[in-house]
Amino acid sequence: MNALAPSAAGRDNAARFVAEYQGKRGRLGDLAARDAAGDWLSRHGLPRRTEEAFKYTDLRPLWERDRPAEPSGAGFAPALLDSLFERAGLDRDWPRLVFVNGQLDAALSSTQSGGFAGVGGDTPDHAVVALNTMLAEDGASLHVPAGTDAGRLVIVSLCGPGTDAHLRHRVVLERGAKLSLIEIASGEGSYAGTVVSEITVREEAALEHVRLQQDAADAVSLSHVRATVAERASYDGFNLALGAAVARHEVRARLEGSYGIVHVNGAQLLGGTQVADLTSAIVHAAPHTSSRQTVKNVLTGRARGVFQGKILVNRIAQKTDGYQMNQALLLSEEAEIDAKPELEIFADDVKCSHGATAGALDEEQMFYLRSRGVPRAEARAILVRAFLEDAFDLVADEPVRALLEQATEGWWDGADALGAS
Amino acid sequence: MPAVAETLNTVETLTQSSYKWGFETAIEMDLAPKGLNEDTIRLISARKEEPEWLLAWRLKAFATWQKMEPPRWARVGDHPPIDFQDAHYYAAPKKKPGPKSLDEVDPELLAMYEKLGIPLKERAILAGVEGAEGEAGESDRPQVAVDAVFDSVSVATTFRSTLAKAGVIFCPISEAVREHPDLVRQYLGTVVPASDNFYAALNSAVFTDGSFVFIPKGVRCPMELSTYFRINARNTGQFERTLIIAEDGASVSYLEGCTAPMRDENQLHAAVVELIAMDDASIKYSTVQNWYPGDSEGRGGIYNFVTKRGACRGARSKISWTQVETGSSITWKYPSCILQGEGSVGEFYSVAVTNNHQQADTGTKMIHIGRDTRSTIVAKTISAGQSDSTYRGLVRMLPKASNARNHTQCDSLLIGDRCGAHTVPYIENRNMTAKIEHEATTSKISEDQLFYCRSRGLSEEDAVGLIVNGFCKDVLKELPMEFAVEAQKLLQVSLEGSVG
Amino acid sequence: MSDFLRIEGLEASIDDNGSPKPILKGIDLVIPAGEVHAIMGPNGSGKSTLSYVLAGREDYEVTGGSVSFKGQDLLAMEPEERAAAGVFLAFQAPVELPGVNNANFLRTAVNAVRRARGEEEYDAVQFLKAARTKAKALSMPEDLLKRNVNVGFSGGEKKRNEVLQMAMLNPSLAILDETDSGLDIDALRIVAEGVNALRSPSFSALVITHHQRLLDYLVPDKVHVMARGRILRTGGPELAHQLEAEGYASFLAEAA
Repeated sequence: MNALAPSAAGRDNAARFVAEYQGKRGRLGDLAARDAAGDWLSRHGLPRRTEEAFKYTDLRPLWERDRPAEPSGAGFAPALLDSLFERAGLDRDWPRLVFVNGQLDAALSSTQSGGFAGVGGDTPDHAVVALNTMLAEDGASLHVPAGTDAGRLVIVSLCGPGTDAHLRHRVVLERGAKLSLIEIASGEGSYAGTVVSEITVREEAALEHVRLQQDAADAVSLSHVRATVAERASYDGFNLALGAAVARHEVRARLEGSYGIVHVNGAQLLGGTQVADLTSAIVHAAPHTSSRQTVKNVLTGRARGVFQGKILVNRIAQKTDGYQMNQALLLSEEAEIDAKPELEIFADDVKCSHGATAGALDEEQMFYLRSRGVPRAEARAILVRAFLEDAFDLVADEPVRALLEQATEGWWDGADALGAS
Repeated sequence: MPAVAETLNTVETLTQSSYKWGFETAIEMDLAPKGLNEDTIRLISARKEEPEWLLAWRLKAFATWQKMEPPRWARVGDHPPIDFQDAHYYAAPKKKPGPKSLDEVDPELLAMYEKLGIPLKERAILAGVEGAEGEAGESDRPQVAVDAVFDSVSVATTFRSTLAKAGVIFCPISEAVREHPDLVRQYLGTVVPASDNFYAALNSAVFTDGSFVFIPKGVRCPMELSTYFRINARNTGQFERTLIIAEDGASVSYLEGCTAPMRDENQLHAAVVELIAMDDASIKYSTVQNWYPGDSEGRGGIYNFVTKRGACRGARSKISWTQVETGSSITWKYPSCILQGEGSVGEFYSVAVTNNHQQADTGTKMIHIGRDTRSTIVAKTISAGQSDSTYRGLVRMLPKASNARNHTQCDSLLIGDRCGAHTVPYIENRNMTAKIEHEATTSKISEDQLFYCRSRGLSEEDAVGLIVNGFCKDVLKELPMEFAVEAQKLLQVSLEGSVG
Repeated sequence: MSDFLRIEGLEASIDDNGSPKPILKGIDLVIPAGEVHAIMGPNGSGKSTLSYVLAGREDYEVTGGSVSFKGQDLLAMEPEERAAAGVFLAFQAPVELPGVNNANFLRTAVNAVRRARGEEEYDAVQFLKAARTKAKALSMPEDLLKRNVNVGFSGGEKKRNEVLQMAMLNPSLAILDETDSGLDIDALRIVAEGVNALRSPSFSALVITHHQRLLDYLVPDKVHVMARGRILRTGGPELAHQLEAEGYASFLAEAA
């Protein structure tokens, strides 16, 4: 557990990204923030597994993969979007913003956002955010006025072979506002994407934020959410990770007002040599706040699921109610789950708990189903669906839940092909 | 929360005067000069009349240590840097006690152990048992053999002849080096290599004494074994080394206790404990750690940085750690089990209490290598005053650990709103048939429970004591009976001032 | 001894999200030594609050009035001092104490109270003998003493355990807060017998109940009807029968 000091070689891994920034710096805004992020990256490098926060997730493919001199254009995008409508069951009528290779594609979008809100902000403290700050050129800016129910909005990010795409979204819900935000990430070939969402949920507002990550098999998919939640407001997040070679979804939420609620739920269904990481840090900074996490992992092939969840309860945050549950189903001999559920508590009148389980499908249940005539593969599918159900049930918006369930059905076919046994 | 507010007031008015083991004993000492270099190590080795191979082993460990950095992760590194040159690495009573007979032990020392409640008399019992739960009668109580380690040397070991008849070796490790060199050489450093971590390397270089236990094949040790550690001298550290080997089918229960005088400066205790269990062997290792915790302002106290690890090498072997940690200003310890033998079992039962400015970072590692291995972790953490207590643990199921099982339960209790309780488990599973269950909770003593007890006539202090003991019961019941009552009292004393 | 327990103008409130919510709005009640009084009233009338205030629960703020018990100011005493002075509250829903052995708890409590009363403490043997005899009289399975306090107890076991504590602590004022709720008829009779066994010129009881049923076995000297934080009517045992027949509606209408 002894962290090593970063070597010179360790810091070099950010060099090509910094060079890319230098190359396009002339046409960008927010230079103070971008320069600071570049400096930070040059000093710290991109994280390796010797860093405690990345102990279980190796980001090497981010900087080691080959990039063609000429990345693909946007030609692949219309067909890919169509397949989301046709195969994934995404509703064409839901207002959507479509980004292709990190840029808004107005023709494929069906609505408008407030435009790119820039990358200004805090001093850099996190490699993925710094990388995004340095390089992001577009993103959605969503502002829901007080008392308005904005309904559903879809943000689709599509990436083509050989591209790096960095999106920066800003979402503000004013007092009493509501929004159901659906984010879909998909693409073709080998690419890397970072998306940073800065979210502010003001008093009594409610944001449901569902993310469907079905990036291409060779992709590196990094998303980072920073949410501040005010009094009696709620941030209700769900991340379904299905794609990418290496994926990490990180949520840092801060409960700043009494009776605020944060949910960071999710499911990770992985096969082959996939690695997906759901990392969260929820800070209870006001009394009477609550946080809930239910995360399910279904792992086959040589896949590895990672869950890191920290609940931090400040002294002031009396009457905090915090709960975390991480469960993993290992369906193959070489699959692996690594979990680190952490409680860090400085207030005495709190109720916090976490649980973690890992294991195979229950043999008795399997036998029961098969003795009633259900074939093995189907029996397994039934039990896996049942396992996932408690998590999916937490998605309140029913048509959105249906979208996730449909995506899962598709994964199951693919996982069998990947050799679940 | 008026009831809690009131208890907090009591915290502030009380000092650490409740540490009743804090006296100093005037014994004429043989001290090595301050400082740490190769000459210090040669001096220790010479004083102990050690063979050449052990000196070479120490020097190699020292060379390794010099290249290492003190750990500074988590909260462990928050203390001011330790000046390793400003301490004596060897301190022994001048009147060298003849370990062969208790009659030759310095009467001053015997008196001191009497005062600590550790009578170095054979047929003596460590502590009385009372209460409605004590079912066993006087005559059923097992006897306890004691090895008393005073600063750097063992001053007395009781019941040696009784044990020898059973074939059990129980003696100071310095003596084992001379009398049973092959055994020591075969096992020393095989569970905790000298290069394992900063403090293990330091210990390997400068360890002075500790206990050696060898239970031969098929022998159930006829009595509890116990080592009682005492730091007495000023400006010294204690670096004891314990090695316990249970051969096929052997079993032993071993207890360890420790205290130190109250001093303003911090003293370092960096022990290494290695346990080895062969086929069907079982080792139960219990600790009641009561080093001086420092005063109510956080001055003084022991830095308790120890490495304890057991290897279940044989099939169906079992290693069980039980600890009650109430002392030390900083504790850093993770008694672990390497579950290599098929069907081997590891257990970790822990109560850690911190008060005033104490910090404890403790937990375990359960490394499941063999198939059908099982482990149980029950950790109870109680924080009061301005202290911080962390459970940090690792459960790792390796690919060959088919059908392995782990169950972990971590519960934290906070008393007052200036302390912290943290839980940092690492859970790694690489075998689909292995099963891990982990549960953790954090709460406080409920007002309902306090009121219920008080409405039945209990004072608030007694009510809290009762509830805390109930909270710890799953761990306390694992202690040998002689220690359980002692530990219960100790819990109450440690929380004195935090709960009235 | 006519003012064994004297409650005058008692007002109390509870904190409701930062603002005090008055619950008791002026209770006047005198229980002479040796008498059993019953309080009946609809849910939310303040009956349980009254019992908690008498036992010294700190969640409630006494905003007015006084309570004297055997001439002492009861409200100035700590909960354990009240227990030592002879006040016993049988809880409606006794809390669980995980890991705390029931016999050990009872012995600690009995000896704390005996010590405070200047009586000799029980040793382990005396205590167990007394506890077993009393547990048997209450038809309690003996293993209830070995289990943890109230943990995994059925509703009936919890109530009997409360009555066992009462028998062991030997109070002079017992407050029974809906001790009859959730009990079958046999258990009810056993509990009532447990209380009747303590009846003497120096023992009084305040029985809070919804039902006439318990009062068939535990005949009260007086019955008080309580609603909206006040005592609306006081009468003899016949008042309980009237309530059972007519319900609270007429009393409430009368008071409004």
